[in-house]
Amino acid sequence: MWKFSLRRILIMIPQLFALSLLIFILAKMMPGDALSGKIDPNIDPARIEELREEMGWNDPWHEQYARWVGGVVKGDFGQSFRFKMPVTEIIGQRIVNSFWLSLVTLILTYLIAIPLGITSGRFNDTLRDHLITGYSYIGFATPLFIFALVMLWVFGFQLQWFPTSGSVAPGLEPGTFDYVASKLYHLLLPAFSMALIQTYSTIQYLRNEIVDTKQRDFIITARAKGASETRVYNNHILRNSLLPIAAFFGYEITLLIGGSIFVENIFGYPGMGQLLVESITLRDYSVVTATTLLFGVASVLGALLSDIILSIIDPRIRIK
Amino acid sequence: MAEKLLEIKNLKTSFRIRDDYYAAVDNVSLTVNKNEVLAIVGESGCGKSALAFSIMGLHSRAKIDGNIYFKNEDIANISTSKLNKLRGKHMGMIFQDPLTALNPLMIIGEQIGETLLLHNKDMTKSARKEKVINLLEKVGIPRPEHVYEQFPHELSGGMRQRVVIATAIANEPDLLIADEPTTALDVTIQSQILDLIKDLKEDMNSGIVLITHDLGVVAEMADRVAVMYAGQVVEIADVHTLFENPLHPYTRSLFNSVPNANEEQDQLHVIQGIVPSLQNLPREGCRFAARIPWIDASAHETNPELHEVQPGHFVRCTCYKHFNFPEESKEEQQHGVS
Repeated sequence: MWKFSLRRILIMIPQLFALSLLIFILAKMMPGDALSGKIDPNIDPARIEELREEMGWNDPWHEQYARWVGGVVKGDFGQSFRFKMPVTEIIGQRIVNSFWLSLVTLILTYLIAIPLGITSGRFNDTLRDHLITGYSYIGFATPLFIFALVMLWVFGFQLQWFPTSGSVAPGLEPGTFDYVASKLYHLLLPAFSMALIQTYSTIQYLRNEIVDTKQRDFIITARAKGASETRVYNNHILRNSLLPIAAFFGYEITLLIGGSIFVENIFGYPGMGQLLVESITLRDYSVVTATTLLFGVASVLGALLSDIILSIIDPRIRIK
Repeated sequence: MAEKLLEIKNLKTSFRIRDDYYAAVDNVSLTVNKNEVLAIVGESGCGKSALAFSIMGLHSRAKIDGNIYFKNEDIANISTSKLNKLRGKHMGMIFQDPLTALNPLMIIGEQIGETLLLHNKDMTKSARKEKVINLLEKVGIPRPEHVYEQFPHELSGGMRQRVVIATAIANEPDLLIADEPTTALDVTIQSQILDLIKDLKEDMNSGIVLITHDLGVVAEMADRVAVMYAGQVVEIADVHTLFENPLHPYTRSLFNSVPNANEEQDQLHVIQGIVPSLQNLPREGCRFAARIPWIDASAHETNPELHEVQPGHFVRCTCYKHFNFPEESKEEQQHGVS
């Protein structure tokens, strides 16, 4: 197991390298830069050119890339042009917010999806199954940015059950119970909005896998041993059906990142997704590259985690 | 007088296909005595496995009519929870394909141990482990302590079949149903597995239902043989009678299709046609008639029944009296030509 994990981690290194290169090139290819947009039009173009030279933006791209990567490795993502402060400081608080939002969303997604998937698979082609499948298809077909807006309008503005923006109520001391509760309260609605319509993949994968597994021969063996239906489901079918869920976990994280970009903007939740969109509009390169890189790293880590979980559940995957 | 262990009376197992029921097992009556091997032979699709599954109550969506008396108790339509007290304890089943019959995510020890756990609630964990290792030893698995911790994919087909057998016999069942236990194995392993089943029979005094399409296996193992065709028993007799004097055209065709090493044959004998699918079964008349078209229709009964031709030897339909292989008649005709 450890050998497998170690080898899997080593594979990540070239992945991350390719990722950083891609991100850097794409960011450089964006038209305009921080100096071409919202800058005083009265400034002498020669001065702007001078600034560009000063910041090294006229150097060949590989030199710029080497400088950037060199910094990133040391934990230095450069300066933000907008905030005039180190990128790490800006990201710091937001990454924590995004992490909690993602985690709560993930937990809610599985809390909703796994029981529904099991019910759907166990009682396939019954009314219950049709209702659950119907719900997951609706979830699949609903765009998140519209659904999130509806949720915000209904539960935030009309019913006023949840706060409509921010990540914590003002004036609370960090570390106190009220502070944590307020944080949780603020992220519940965005997390629910995302979870409710992101369950489709997990439900459908689990359902199909259960329908598949329950026809396999070893299930008949289990019944022939005299195992009750509950035991057959819990000990034999479920464990075998969880494999694709584990395999899907990495992709789930990618979905989560994609979703958080919409949701954080709609709910005014100060996280990485919101930061990314703002920075793109303002051509705040260093922030854009840093957030994108971190998102990329999260996806790669998600895939790694999937593989490790898979290797724990499925002995056939453990390479000797 | 042999003691009756299992008595099947007029068993009919039907499956629903588009609002209609089709019988995969049709009006089968059989008995199995203690310490007896009853072989059930027939081509694929004859309802052999469907019969075995009916006995074990393993069909999830089948309609079962008739009676299955196991130790004088009718188990044909009892509840799953009652059935679960019998399955694994009093009835064990060996499956056809050892490659798929084991849970890929569970270690061998746990899989065999589950049968013990389910029926011996007060057995301690260590006693269970000891018993499992004994069982592994009994079925001829080398290094049982090591295999106990292994996963199915780490074992060969023959080893896995031994594990399946160990699971089936863990609680020393009175009735053992072996559903083509050697089909998925190569020949050398086959004979080992058959010897193993034989030994176990001697040990446990249990009745065995052996399902196979291999007449060699039948000759080696069986005490009595039931030949099934299209869901019905067409001939039943003790093994010596059947091999010496097979009567039903289907039984004779089966024997005829076994290649003979002593004779030079250009072509294997095959039985014309195929087993009709469930939906295409003839509703009346002799079900085998379509595959022996050269036999005059008047030779068949309209409602073929089992006739006792001599004590313990039953044959369905009267067509056996008129049956000849087409080659035999052809050879007679062509004798001067070739």
